[in-house]
Amino acid sequence: MSLALEINKKQLNEDSWEEPYFINMGPQHPSTHGVLRLLLQLEGETIVGCDPIIGQLHRGVEKLAENLNYNQAIVLSDRLDYIASAANNIAFALAFEKLMGLKVPRRARLIRTIVCEMARICNHLLWLATHALDIGAMTVFLYCFRDREWLLNIFEKICGARLTHTYVRVGGVRLDFTQEIIDDLYKFTEEFPNRIPDYETLIDINRIWLKRTKNIAVVSAEEAINLGLTGPCLRGSGVPYDVRKFRPYDAYDEVEFIVPTGKNGDTYDRYRVRMEEMRQSNYIIKQCLDKLPETEGEPILAEGAPDLLMPKRLKEPKPMPVPKKGVVFRGADKPIVPVGEAFAAIESPKGELSVYVVSDGSSNPWRLRIRTPSFVHISAIPELTKGHMIADLVAIIGTLDIVLGDSDR
Amino acid sequence: MSGWINKLKDQFSSVVLEVQLDKDYPTVICNREGFLDLIKHLKEEKGFTYLIDLCGVDYLNYKHKKFEERFEVVYHLYNLDTKELIRLKVRIKEDDCWHYSVTPLWKTANWFEREVYDMFGIKFEGHPDLRRVLMPEDWEGYPLRKDYPLYLDEEQEWAVYKGLVEKTKMERGK
Repeated sequence: MSLALEINKKQLNEDSWEEPYFINMGPQHPSTHGVLRLLLQLEGETIVGCDPIIGQLHRGVEKLAENLNYNQAIVLSDRLDYIASAANNIAFALAFEKLMGLKVPRRARLIRTIVCEMARICNHLLWLATHALDIGAMTVFLYCFRDREWLLNIFEKICGARLTHTYVRVGGVRLDFTQEIIDDLYKFTEEFPNRIPDYETLIDINRIWLKRTKNIAVVSAEEAINLGLTGPCLRGSGVPYDVRKFRPYDAYDEVEFIVPTGKNGDTYDRYRVRMEEMRQSNYIIKQCLDKLPETEGEPILAEGAPDLLMPKRLKEPKPMPVPKKGVVFRGADKPIVPVGEAFAAIESPKGELSVYVVSDGSSNPWRLRIRTPSFVHISAIPELTKGHMIADLVAIIGTLDIVLGDSDR
Repeated sequence: MSGWINKLKDQFSSVVLEVQLDKDYPTVICNREGFLDLIKHLKEEKGFTYLIDLCGVDYLNYKHKKFEERFEVVYHLYNLDTKELIRLKVRIKEDDCWHYSVTPLWKTANWFEREVYDMFGIKFEGHPDLRRVLMPEDWEGYPLRKDYPLYLDEEQEWAVYKGLVEKTKMERGK
C-alpha cells in the first residue's frame, strides 16, 4: 500500500514526476485472448507507448514441419488458429497441391468451400461473443455460443472432431458428405439468417456499444495497407480486398457473394463488416449445397494424391500393407514431390493466411513459411492504441480478432 | 505483366540478376546493393503497395542449389489495382549476414524482419528496433537454421532454464 500511496503522491505533484509510468497487461489478462503481454507506457490513463511481447505459445511449427511429411504438416495447421482450423488446413493443402501439380475434383472443392465458410461463421460468432463480453454485453456471448455449438455438432458429424479437424487432405478431403450432413446444413442455412438479428438488436444501436466502439482505433485505408492489416480489419477501412475475389481458390469463382466494406475504419465498422460477412458466408454455403448433387459420385481425392498411411488397430499384428502408388516416403527413389517452390494464400476468417513452401524433392518440405494474420495484427497494436485510453485497449484487441496460437506458431 | 518485368531488368541492370517467369508467380532475383531503390520503385511507381510476406530461407546443403550464398530473403508484393503478385529474392552470404530494412517503407515489415533476425540471424540495417520476437531475448542460436538441431542436448538447453533447474535441485538437496 505504501508504494501505491507514494506513486499517487508523486503524481499529484506533477513537477517531481519524471519517470514514465509502466504497466504490464497480461499475459494472464482475460481480455487479451490468450497469452499476449502488453507493456504499456502511460500518461495518466492515456497510452503513449505500447510494446506487445509474444512468443509464450511458440511451438516451432515451421521447424517441426521441416521434419514431417506433407500430410503430417496439415495436422500442425490445426493448432495455429484453433478457432477456424478448417481454413488453416485448406491453406496448407492449397500450397502443397500447387507444388505437386494436383487437380482437385470439383466435389472436393465444393465441400472445402462449405467447410471453410462454416469455419468463418464459427470464428465470427466466437469473435462477437468475446468482443461483446470484453465490452460488457453478456447476453450476446450466450446467444453466440448457442449457435456456434450447432455448427460444431455438424463438424463432429463431418469428421469426428469439434475443434481440430484435420479434415482436408492434400488433393481433396478425407470423408464424403452424407445425406444427413447435407440435411443438417440446409436446416442451418435456413435458420441462421434469422438468428443474426437476435445479436444485432442487442448491440447494434445500444448506447454503451456505440460509445465504446465509434471512433475507436480509426485506421485510414492507406495506413491499413501499410500496416499489413487484412481481412475484416482492412475492409472496415473501405478497401475491398478479399483473396476469395482477387485470387479465387477452391470453388469461390463459382459462387456469388458481396464483399462488405466499411467507411470510417473504426471499431464499429469492423463489427458491421463481420456481421455482414456471416450472412454472405451463409449464402455461399447454400449455393455450394445446391451444386453438390451435380457432382454425386465423383471422387473426393485427386488422382495421385500422397496417401497418409494410418496404422490400423488390428487384433493380430499383420505386416504393413504394400504402399499404394503415390505414397511419399522419406528417401524414396522416385520423388513424387517436384523440386521447387509454391505460394498460396487464402482468406482465413481473421485475414490473409499465406503459405510459402520450398521443396527439395524429398517427402518433407525444405521450408514452410506461414504468414498468419494475427502476427501482423498484433504488430499493429502500438500504432492503433496511441492516444487512446487504457479501457479502449480491450476493445482494440477485440476488434483485431487475434488468437495467440496463430501469431506465435 | 511479363513485359514490364523484362524492362525492369534494363532499368535496374545492376540490381536485377535474373527474372524467372516460369514459376507460379514472376520471380525477380536481386542484388543486395541497390535493392532499396528497386523496391521503392516497385512500391511508388508500379503500385505494389501491399507487402504480403517477408521471410527467410536457409539453403545449407540443399541438393539442387545453383548459387553460392546460404540464405535467401523472400518478399511477396501485391498490387491491389492490377491484382499482380511478384516475388523478390535476395541472396545473403553466411559470413556477411545482413540486409537492408524495408521498415521505412512498410510498417508491417517491422515484425517480419524481427522474426527473420530471430530465426536466421540475418541483421537488418536501418531497422528501428531489431530484437527477438518469438524466442526469449537471451536465447542462443537461431532455431530455423538447418544446422540447428530439432532436439537439443542437455548441455545446449536455454541457460536461464538450466540455471533455474540447478538452483531448485540445490535447494531441494538442502
